[in-house]
Amino acid sequence: MKISMDALTKVFYKKGQSVTALEGINLGIEDGEFVCLIGPSGCGKTTLLRILAGLEKPSTGEFAIASSGQDRPLQSMVFQERGVIPWLTVKENVSFGLKMRHVPKAIVKERTAYYLEKVGLDKFAHLYPKELSGGMKQRVSIARAFANDPEILLMDEPFAALDEQNKFILQEELLSIWSETKKTVLFITHSIDEALLLSDRILLMTSQPGRINEEIRIDMPRPRTMEDVRSDATMTDHFVRIRNHLDREVQGSRT
Amino acid sequence: MKELKHDPHAVEQEEWKKRQWKERGKQLLTIASPVFILLLWEVVSRTGIVDARFFPPPTEIVGTFVSMSASGELFHHIGISLVRIFAGFLLGVIPAIVIGLFMGLYSPIRHFFSPLIMALMPIPTLALLPIILIIFGVGEVSKIVTIAGSVFFPVVINTVAGVVNIDRIYLDVATNYGADSKNFFFKIALPGALPVMLEGIQMGQAIALLTIVAAEMMGANSGIGYLIWTSYKAFLLPEMFVGLVLISFFGYLFSLLLRGLQSKLLPWR
Repeated sequence: MKISMDALTKVFYKKGQSVTALEGINLGIEDGEFVCLIGPSGCGKTTLLRILAGLEKPSTGEFAIASSGQDRPLQSMVFQERGVIPWLTVKENVSFGLKMRHVPKAIVKERTAYYLEKVGLDKFAHLYPKELSGGMKQRVSIARAFANDPEILLMDEPFAALDEQNKFILQEELLSIWSETKKTVLFITHSIDEALLLSDRILLMTSQPGRINEEIRIDMPRPRTMEDVRSDATMTDHFVRIRNHLDREVQGSRT
Repeated sequence: MKELKHDPHAVEQEEWKKRQWKERGKQLLTIASPVFILLLWEVVSRTGIVDARFFPPPTEIVGTFVSMSASGELFHHIGISLVRIFAGFLLGVIPAIVIGLFMGLYSPIRHFFSPLIMALMPIPTLALLPIILIIFGVGEVSKIVTIAGSVFFPVVINTVAGVVNIDRIYLDVATNYGADSKNFFFKIALPGALPVMLEGIQMGQAIALLTIVAAEMMGANSGIGYLIWTSYKAFLLPEMFVGLVLISFFGYLFSLLLRGLQSKLLPWR
């Protein structure tokens, strides 16, 4: 098991009010698995990711990320669009994690160049993020995470702010880089199509308290394309099932 | 002509030309205002509408400037004032940046220092000049310290605000990618706070000029402030105006230099 979570619970307490963001999350994710987490807004999925990313502490419960024994960071996160640091160039952003870990210069150079080329930004290496489109910024963010060569990758709705065309292109690029490295990925999304295209397994969350109450295995062979996903009958069933779940959750939280 | 009207490229070219003219007009207006004031001043002073003894015409001030520079006396005053300004400026700005970054990054340090800064800031450094003179004597050090003291506050306050207002997500990125405290300081806090910090430095620069003049009026025997003050007391008003114009010139020059520095230091903006 690459990631294991045991009774992970997070409560936010403020001015006499407490909100249970996550309750008793028990979850195991296999090495090399691509897992998507879907749930209504405010269901605690970002909180779960932030706990794994070391940005938030669980109130109770534990989690572990298995190390492969090599000199690797446990996890790296692909943030939403604003996560690219504006005062660093494209290249400096991509090499950020490696430099923070004081990796030897030659390796930093080599890996940065490799992933810049992978995401097609080698010509833009010396530009600042202000000169990039939203899609290019997200490529920087993805390259930064992969270049850091972590045990697992965490992605927090990385494509949410992109337009449809760019979203498709980046999803396929992500899959192609991922298939090369076979990293374990935990990916948050609002988009059912996105989850169906990317995942080995989809986890559905309920809101307040956030729990994982359903999981769907996606057995469709890879490489997949959005056309395959859209035209496949089983996938259509999955789509309806997830859609119904989300509807129920949103309705439930309204009453 | 009619044919031309139907050519969209020609129409847009015409529009573009009109916009260019408007831009040039705006530039002209910027130059026009000081020229207009100077001309007006010249006329009212020459015609005796205002007393030329108190408001000597600009041409006379220029003449005085030329003869003062010829004697070399003027450059002595300018040189001394500039040295004081630069030394005082650096002595104020550097600690302000360091303390400001620490205050911005570490909230215990911020909570410890901010009441001191808030309480000291409203006191004009010039009001402390007698105490500064007692401690540092009547030499150069007391002037430099006076300037440093007044430059310090806007810079420290803007630096803290700059760090505190850095978008949280960049701090999260740095944490997630394992930045140590040195990298937090130099890769995140310093560059992230720089735009707001430079605004503070710009303010500090203006304050430094205000302060140097006043400080030299009180405890000095050289410098532009001294020149203004002694000329005034001796009723040498053209000489006094030369001093005032110099201050205004250097204020403008420093602003331009800092703006230039700003675009050099913030290529990512």
